[in-house]
Amino acid sequence: MTATLTAPTQVKKPGKPKQNREAILLFLPALLPVLILSVYPLIRGIALGFTDARAGLHVETNFVGFDNFSKLLHNNLFWDSFRIGVIWTLSVTILQFVAALGLALLLNTDIKFRGVARTLALIPWAMPPVVVAIMWRLLLHPTNGPVNEILQNLHLTDHPINFLGNFSTALPAVIVVGIWVGMPMTTVTLLAGLQGIDRTLYEAAAVDGAGAWSQFWNITLPQLRTVIVAITSLDMIWNFNSFGLVYVLTAGGPGGKTMLPMLFAYNEAFRYGNFGMAAAMGDVMVVIIILFLFFYLRNRLRSEA
Amino acid sequence: MRTRPTTRALQYIAVLAYLIFLGFPLLWLISSSLKSPREFASVTPSILPKHVDFSNYTDALNEQGLVRGLGNSLQISVYSTILVLIVALPVSYALARFRSRLRPLTNGWILVSQVFPVILIVIPLFMILRPLHLTNTIPGVVIVYMVWSLPFALWMLQGYVAAVPRELEEAASVDGASRLRTIVSIVMPLLRPGLIATAMFTFISAWNEFFFALVLLQDPQLKTLPLVLARFVGAEGQVQFGPLAAASVLATVPSLVFFAFLQRRLTSGLLSGAVKG
Repeated sequence: MTATLTAPTQVKKPGKPKQNREAILLFLPALLPVLILSVYPLIRGIALGFTDARAGLHVETNFVGFDNFSKLLHNNLFWDSFRIGVIWTLSVTILQFVAALGLALLLNTDIKFRGVARTLALIPWAMPPVVVAIMWRLLLHPTNGPVNEILQNLHLTDHPINFLGNFSTALPAVIVVGIWVGMPMTTVTLLAGLQGIDRTLYEAAAVDGAGAWSQFWNITLPQLRTVIVAITSLDMIWNFNSFGLVYVLTAGGPGGKTMLPMLFAYNEAFRYGNFGMAAAMGDVMVVIIILFLFFYLRNRLRSEA
Repeated sequence: MRTRPTTRALQYIAVLAYLIFLGFPLLWLISSSLKSPREFASVTPSILPKHVDFSNYTDALNEQGLVRGLGNSLQISVYSTILVLIVALPVSYALARFRSRLRPLTNGWILVSQVFPVILIVIPLFMILRPLHLTNTIPGVVIVYMVWSLPFALWMLQGYVAAVPRELEEAASVDGASRLRTIVSIVMPLLRPGLIATAMFTFISAWNEFFFALVLLQDPQLKTLPLVLARFVGAEGQVQFGPLAAASVLATVPSLVFFAFLQRRLTSGLLSGAVKG
């Protein structure tokens, strides 16, 4: 892209109208499907939140203003699921980041087994979320799962724990799986960032007598800042909007303890048929994400300036 | 600077911990898929199967729904990949080469499509596709996948296009080649690695996709592999974990093949797309 910006041909004025026409021609095959199946549904989806739309073919739909939102305000189940969604998003994103940064730092040294670790770190990314969920259900199975077996052998517990079925352990267990799935993308991105840091910075710091810790704190982290902000923002969005993994792991149970907002809205729309209400929930989610990103990015960017 | 022995030791302990955390679940899944039903039911499970037994795989492949799911997934993934490439190539060329007003719009759309929760999109999509009789059909899912893997495909491909030296195209146009001719015979051959990488990502995202399929496909005949697998788990009680593990391994194979192929390029190629895009 830098080439495009600096290329002298771009500056020439006379070429422009023709270029624009050519560009539009090249866009044409994508335009129609994107408008019909992406742009229009997005706008329609936002608008649906202000209607009483229901599933079914010949149901009348009325504009109801902020009715859905005032109902949501008093819907404790929705706010519960929202709270769970925030806990899930923040825990997974933060722990994922810490774990991935540790792994990326290790992979950036001359340590052995780097190749193996790198390959293993990529596999979770390639697996279908449904398969990941099935795999962890096998691992955490109360009677013949290995995790319980190991815990009992180490005498950490005297009875098998039903991790995904207990009120107190379900959410933490699901968070661990979330970290496992999301680590690869974060690790790869951070590793690429690490490899882009100028080595002479470290050499200069070493000459000045800076230890490993101070080098990490004063060189690595500031140099990585842009990459960190970008990947944590993306992780946050992805985690907040995630669905398939938890749907197969627990389906929101036990007793709604892992009912992420996406699962809640899905049930509202496709189990109970309340399209309008589900869209209103989606609207609230969008507003929250945008507000969150706004404050997060604003603070990050300000501290950078 | 020399690394001190204690630091070294700590580093190896940390690597070992990561290897176990990342690798053990996979090892367990594969070993479960190779255990006989008797061994599976054992109260003291062993990490590796005592006797390697492939009956889980034959059981899984004898399951009607599973093979059909595999076929449906394959069909949907291949078609949507082809469509994405056809549509994404000209657009990413235009994005990388022209400074038209459509560029900021497209980049804005790519961003927005990442931020929005799919629940907001899936309801209207369902309402649009139903009167067209495209819900519960394979073409319906294919076009939805096409549109929804497009942002990522564009983001990747435009980086690759930008890396193709502009001088080559200028030389071709001096020789009198039209724009279309230049794209087909100069740019496309040079883009081959980029096209392959984009195709693989599109294929995998369609292969792994769950949410849209869950909403759009109700007919058991049309269900994709992830849907079939998810239903197996749902039927707790009589669920047979051995064949389920085997089917899960089979479902992961295509992705693993692609990732093995991509592995070297992943760190450099994917992110160069990001930086240059």
